[in-house]
Amino acid sequence: MSDTTLPFRNPTSETVLARRSLIALAVLGMALLVGAPLLMVFAEALAKGLGAALESLGNRDARAAIQLTLIITAIALPLNAMFGIAAAWFITKFDFRGKAFLITLIDLPFSVSPVVAGLCIVLMFGANSLIGGWLVAHGLPIVFALPGIVLATLFVTFPFVARELIPVMIEQGRAEEEAALTLGASGWRVFRTVTLPNIRWALLYGVLLCNARAMGEFGAVAVVSGKIRGQTATMPITIEMLYNEYLSVAAFSMAALLTALALLTLLLKTLLELRHADALAATRRH
Amino acid sequence: MHIEIDEITKAFGATAALHPVSLAIPSGALVALLGPSGSGKTTLLRILGGLEFATAGRVLFDGQDATGLSVQDRRAGFVFQSYALFRHMTVFDNIAYGLTARPRASRPPKPEIARRVTRLLELIQLPEIGSRFPSQLSGGQRQRVALARALAIEPRMLLLDEPFGALDAKVRKELRQGLRDIHDETGLTTIFVTHDQEEAMELADLVVVMSMGRIEQVGKPQDIRARPATPFVRDFLNA
Repeated sequence: MSDTTLPFRNPTSETVLARRSLIALAVLGMALLVGAPLLMVFAEALAKGLGAALESLGNRDARAAIQLTLIITAIALPLNAMFGIAAAWFITKFDFRGKAFLITLIDLPFSVSPVVAGLCIVLMFGANSLIGGWLVAHGLPIVFALPGIVLATLFVTFPFVARELIPVMIEQGRAEEEAALTLGASGWRVFRTVTLPNIRWALLYGVLLCNARAMGEFGAVAVVSGKIRGQTATMPITIEMLYNEYLSVAAFSMAALLTALALLTLLLKTLLELRHADALAATRRH
Repeated sequence: MHIEIDEITKAFGATAALHPVSLAIPSGALVALLGPSGSGKTTLLRILGGLEFATAGRVLFDGQDATGLSVQDRRAGFVFQSYALFRHMTVFDNIAYGLTARPRASRPPKPEIARRVTRLLELIQLPEIGSRFPSQLSGGQRQRVALARALAIEPRMLLLDEPFGALDAKVRKELRQGLRDIHDETGLTTIFVTHDQEEAMELADLVVVMSMGRIEQVGKPQDIRARPATPFVRDFLNA
């Protein structure tokens, strides 16, 4: 047929030149702003060979930092998953006065500088404060210790789970829960067998985002931790300290490890999104 | 079961959804709550099912005060407007939900649950669909599964919120007969909400016409047609 040889152009799309230059611009921007720095981190870490990089990660302080970051993340994730579910449940399943205010409050950690958040924790729980003084006297210091770092991390990562869940739960409405209630199920059973399965993908997604941020948090943790090497220095803080001491291989090795953990989280997130899309499409058809 | 609604009022904040409403529903009747949107018919149905509590007034089931009875203890089979099937469960698990949700002491053993679900699937004339998910069903099939799920708990009454609202005209007519058959077979007091006067007149033994949170008229379909009690009823039927 002759019409197949005619140059085909979609009436709503741009010319080839315009399309190609836009794509080139996007790729260039991504490469310069995201790709290159990422590669540089790994290049710097391996500047003196893999052996030197691994050795710098193997010393006592570095191992302590890695361990501390993993412990904090392991504590913060389940707690924030719980808080997030509770907040999203409360906001989406009940009508009450001040709902808009509560949603704004959940977003607060996004808008407040992490350093300010850290300072608030120091003011509330520091040795000079009323609560902090009492706790220190009873052998449970908050600031410059693990509990303070956990509190700071919890504050900074609080919105992630709730923010993921609220739109999903609003869209799903209350009808399935109400149906379960009329069938005789108790509130807890309804949550376990109806609510939780319906939000599981969004929940996992929120937890992964929360995980990435919890491992990487610097500002708030820097204020409350006191940066005690081998004790309260997390991975990001250790990176900064090593860098300031011109130990570039050690600093970048730690940075590369932290980046690798973040990339792993992103990879998991992408894999989930592929499955999540199917699950979402299936529920939309309903 | 005989249902008596005694001076029920319902207010959402400052807006009154139901002015004092009283109604007696004889045991085994098939009743339509008919009215335009905003007439309070769904609110009344939800109060009967225990999904809303009345602001004032009483509900009596077989003469017993059920006003404060929890939704779980009412044993009202409820069919929701968009059916509210559990989307992550198979049809079988959907229908079995009310039985598996019972406390261990009163929960039937697994084979007994399977037997009952199979029987209900036969009752709704869809014996082959137990392993499917709600998203794989047509609108009419979903409605019947929702009905089977509500019947599984051996309810004392059947409450349906716009059961035919989401269906096209042809399926609508078929399922009307389906509901009539199930009602006649189980003998359950059945109340359904509709804004479609033809549906109410054709299907129900007793029609309750509502408007603005008030009951305008209660009667047999032919009586309401022959003698509309208020100008509203006359206009609504002629619309």
